[in-house]
Amino acid sequence: MTTSTALITADLVDLDLPAGDRAAAVRSLAERLVAAGRVSDLEQFLADVEAREAQMPTGLEGGIGIPHCRSAAVTVPTLGFGRSAAGVDFGAEDGPADLVFLIAAPAGGGDEHMTVLAALARRLMRSSFKDTLRQATDAAQAADFIAKEVSA
Amino acid sequence: MKIVAVTACPTGIAHTYMAAEALEIAAEEAGHTLTVETQGSAGSTPLTAEQLAEADAAIFAADVEVRDKERFAHLPLVQVGVKKAISGAPGLIAQAEQAAAEAPARTAAPATAGGGSPATPAGAKAPAGPGAASRVRAWLMTGVSFVIPFVAAGGLLIALGFALGGYQINLPEDEPLYETILSGGFDAGSLTAWGALAFGIGSAAFNFLVPVLSGYIAYAMADRPALVPGFVGGAIAVTTGAGFLGGLVSGFVAGGLVMWIKTWRVPRALAGIMPVVVIPLISTAVVGLLMYVVVGRPIAAATDGLTNWLNGLSGTNAVLLGLLLGLMMCFDMGGPVNKAAYTFAVAGLTTASPTALTIMAAVMAAGMVPPLAMALATVVRRSLFTDVERENGRAAWLLGASFISEGAIPFAAADPFRVIPAIMAGGAVTGALSMAFGATLRAPHGGVFVVPLMGNPLGFLAAVVIGTVVATALVVALKSFARRRPAGSGAEPAGDTAGGTDGGTDGGTDGETDGGAPAEPSRAGAATTAGASA
Repeated sequence: MTTSTALITADLVDLDLPAGDRAAAVRSLAERLVAAGRVSDLEQFLADVEAREAQMPTGLEGGIGIPHCRSAAVTVPTLGFGRSAAGVDFGAEDGPADLVFLIAAPAGGGDEHMTVLAALARRLMRSSFKDTLRQATDAAQAADFIAKEVSA
Repeated sequence: MKIVAVTACPTGIAHTYMAAEALEIAAEEAGHTLTVETQGSAGSTPLTAEQLAEADAAIFAADVEVRDKERFAHLPLVQVGVKKAISGAPGLIAQAEQAAAEAPARTAAPATAGGGSPATPAGAKAPAGPGAASRVRAWLMTGVSFVIPFVAAGGLLIALGFALGGYQINLPEDEPLYETILSGGFDAGSLTAWGALAFGIGSAAFNFLVPVLSGYIAYAMADRPALVPGFVGGAIAVTTGAGFLGGLVSGFVAGGLVMWIKTWRVPRALAGIMPVVVIPLISTAVVGLLMYVVVGRPIAAATDGLTNWLNGLSGTNAVLLGLLLGLMMCFDMGGPVNKAAYTFAVAGLTTASPTALTIMAAVMAAGMVPPLAMALATVVRRSLFTDVERENGRAAWLLGASFISEGAIPFAAADPFRVIPAIMAGGAVTGALSMAFGATLRAPHGGVFVVPLMGNPLGFLAAVVIGTVVATALVVALKSFARRRPAGSGAEPAGDTAGGTDGGTDGGTDGETDGGAPAEPSRAGAATTAGASA
């Protein structure tokens, strides 16, 4: 049933995140997830993301931030993608992130739903994947690219 | 070169897979074959027996406990936090190359002990690898490795409490002095108050001994859902006086139960809450019931029976009585049998008869033997023990000297069928000798700290030393015998070489391969911290 729901769509992409701190960036992307009906409770979801962030920052070298959580507020495995010209600090050693991937996983998700997120995580390690997203010019193009990559 | 790796992170949806990808890329670039088991939310495809057998090195990139670690016990191991693999995978591959190069050649016994073809011991039936005996052993060692810091910290604080506050600190039994002092506000100028504080903290740590042992045995068997029944079963073992043997029972029952429940087919809707709600609830209720009703009652009855029986022995030959009490003191270190003997001796003190004072001396002398013997054994035959056991051995000297028999629990729990008979024999010798020498004691606790209160202290100490040597000799003999056997027959691969070394390579590989043993949370923890802060 939910397998037909794409991990990411154009309205979950923000190629020009408003400048601000980590919490603001996550909230801005999370609001898109709520608007798309993929997150049922914004505050609960943000609290779960923050709880995960508190365990260990999710910033990665190379300008990547991957705030994520498994949350009861998530209805469908979903990716929100944001690009920030100013950069958002996710605690990586080499500085702020310009690519932000907000990964939302349902709390009791079955294996088949999680494999798509696993595929996404693996793609994040490929520099060609990141380069393409840095050069993307519109939201639909970025969403299509990601959706195609993770389903491959 | 062939490398196997495990990646795991707290949430199990991102870092686990990124680390896997990074390692695969780096290995490919370096010209190696690397297979990753991603222990994350998308389920993990376990490494096959062949992959494990053929591997030259293993990499753990994990911020949570790696499941079924014992499968990797035969491999040189590089262990880091998960982020380290994401940011520095090529470096890890290089480290794995180096670790494989430094590991002793395993040409004679590739991958696993016991000879035969490399893949045989792991068998095709389960990816879990080695035989049943060594799996049981690995579970035990996981529990033991988590208990050791509690024994060391709690035991040393209790010893400090005795040293500062005197043996009265734990008297009388129903309302011990240290509790009275601590509840009356803390007087920093009083040495006794500091003693009470140390004793109180140490006792609190000791109360965790059996629950932690039980909980982490269960955890090693069936992961997180088994922690609750394991811990609760262990706590009930404490409440009912079942001691550490009761804790071993509850740990294995809890782990086995959860393993079984995990095989149930449940509706999809229920699957999500199984590990968090359903499994802990059901398994804890069942284990609790068993521990209270099936294990607890008979143990209480047995303790009463033993006490009555001892009271009826008052006319017995003194040396024989000492021997008997020595056997009892060293059987279960704080469990019902030990308690029956100890209570018998302490109860006699109130009569202050000469016989009662010799009994007290014999009981304390025997109770000092187990930790001292194990400490001595880790020194005279280092290779028979794992790194953590050797660490525990150092603390055991002081614990034994302070009459804290619990110092031997990690050793006894790890290898009960060899350690317990050996220390019982030593304790029996000590108890009998102490009676024969006519040593007397008016204090119910304190070990070497109460030597000034003894009659014939030299006889007492001689009895302790002789019994310790006997127990040490026996434990070394039993362990050495058991160790040689599997190398010849292959019946119990790696089952008795606690550190995860192969039976055939006798100690030489300890340093290299120990990191992979389930008994190494300290190293795992250190690596994790380093990785997380990197």
